[in-house]
Amino acid sequence: MKLITAVVKPHRLDEVKTALQELGVHGLTVTEASGYGRQRGHTEVYRGAEYRVDLVPKIRIEVVVEDADADAVIDAVVKAAQTGKIGDGKVWSVPVETVVRVRTGERGPDAL
Amino acid sequence: MTLAAARIDTGDTAWLLAATALVLLMTPGLALFYGGMVRAKSVLNMLMMSFVSIALVTVVWLTAGYSLVFGQDAFGGLIGGLRHAGMAGIGPDSVQGTVPTLLFATFQLTFAIITAALISGAVADRAKFGAWLVFVPVWALLVYVPVAHWVWGPGGWIREGLGALDFAGGMPVEITSGASGLALCLVLGPRLGFKKDAMRPHNLPMVMLGAGLLWFGWFGFNAGSALGANGLAAAAFLNTLTAGCTGLLGWLLVEQRRDGHPTTLGAASGAVAGLVAITPSCGSVSLLGALAVGLAAGVVCSYAVSWKFKFDYDDSLDVVGVHLVGGVIGTLLIGVFAVHGMTGGVEGLLYGGGLGQLGRQLVGVLAVGSYAFAATYGIGRLLDRLIGLRADEEHEQNGLDLTVHAESAYDHGVLGHGAPVSSSLPTAQKVKHQA
Repeated sequence: MKLITAVVKPHRLDEVKTALQELGVHGLTVTEASGYGRQRGHTEVYRGAEYRVDLVPKIRIEVVVEDADADAVIDAVVKAAQTGKIGDGKVWSVPVETVVRVRTGERGPDAL
Repeated sequence: MTLAAARIDTGDTAWLLAATALVLLMTPGLALFYGGMVRAKSVLNMLMMSFVSIALVTVVWLTAGYSLVFGQDAFGGLIGGLRHAGMAGIGPDSVQGTVPTLLFATFQLTFAIITAALISGAVADRAKFGAWLVFVPVWALLVYVPVAHWVWGPGGWIREGLGALDFAGGMPVEITSGASGLALCLVLGPRLGFKKDAMRPHNLPMVMLGAGLLWFGWFGFNAGSALGANGLAAAAFLNTLTAGCTGLLGWLLVEQRRDGHPTTLGAASGAVAGLVAITPSCGSVSLLGALAVGLAAGVVCSYAVSWKFKFDYDDSLDVVGVHLVGGVIGTLLIGVFAVHGMTGGVEGLLYGGGLGQLGRQLVGVLAVGSYAFAATYGIGRLLDRLIGLRADEEHEQNGLDLTVHAESAYDHGVLGHGAPVSSSLPTAQKVKHQA
């Protein structure tokens, strides 16, 4: 199994969610995140004083999938999140040892 | 008694009752205006400093303040007597002009309240709350009361000796609060992280709401100062609207040219700057004068708010840049724009009155500004030595809301922190300020 993590622009969340549902991904976790990559931040001006805001609001999406599905899921997330402009985010995957469904105690791919 | 009662004008009294309520609403309005400008971790403390000013100043005013300002002059135009301490000798039948004395005293009380509350903007986020509770009554008695007597009291030296004009409080309210704010922020020192950390306003809609309430209440402040329901009140009312508008436009104009963006904070600040400047002058300038006074304040104050970075004083919410500077502009411009039709005599430089009135206004400005600064600095130093004025460093870092009041303004976090964790993270750095 693989944990796929995507950090994307907040307004792309719906597109990513839809794409994952179409692929048959059963669940995902979304958190609000802040960060920056090459996009860096922006400046704000209050009473003439300029502030540089480095951390940009992002959405972090996490899904655990079977190894065979990982590439298709990554491609779907990238396609759905892409705007072509700087700041579109990153997607990465890491191997997962165990998954347990809390309600039933099922383990491994059955728990997905 | 019956003679006195007969002199009450019901129209004047009705208007002044309404105006008094309007001016009192300005202090909660100011609380929101200031509260939105501080960080989320100290907004309740900011609101509280204004609200307790209402309570503290009211007690001081009714026990001694009113008598010392509006009682018969007791010492060379400097201070009134104590004959009416505790409102002694004043009852429902007492009359001041055409309104009940009790109403006149309450109307004037609301001015003293907001002047004290205004100072809190200079010491945001770091003043020890207990010390503020001591400072306000002491300051009201030793600073506001004498200045108000000089400018408005019977036999007051600025009003009767000097002949400087001040319709609604450019000197006792705006200049006094601004100079006192400067003194107190120097005593307290800058906020931790001043000029380094971002200290962005945490809620600009709250600032806008506060500015709106201030503007609304300002009609009571200025038009109420005519002390009657008459043409002068109408003229002051219109001047108040006008100067707020040109102040707003002036500030936005500067921002658009200087920073490239017209901001909501700029619009709110510009309107307030214009209203500050028209406060002393609304009863002596024509409509054209009001246009100019507001515009001048909007433009100049939009630069003055940056002086604190240049000269290194943390006047956190710009009491100096807006109230002191705006108050000086408005008080001085009476000497330029005063018209006979409004003042009934005095004319400004532009209307052939020469430099005389401008000089009198300048003397008033200098006297009030330097007294308020020096006296407040002295009070501040003394209280700092006796009880300590500055909050603990840890309290300041964690926010005064939690450490002083044991409350959180906003329940955003699921983990029970109240304020979101991110609000206390350094998410931005200060990179530049206009000189």
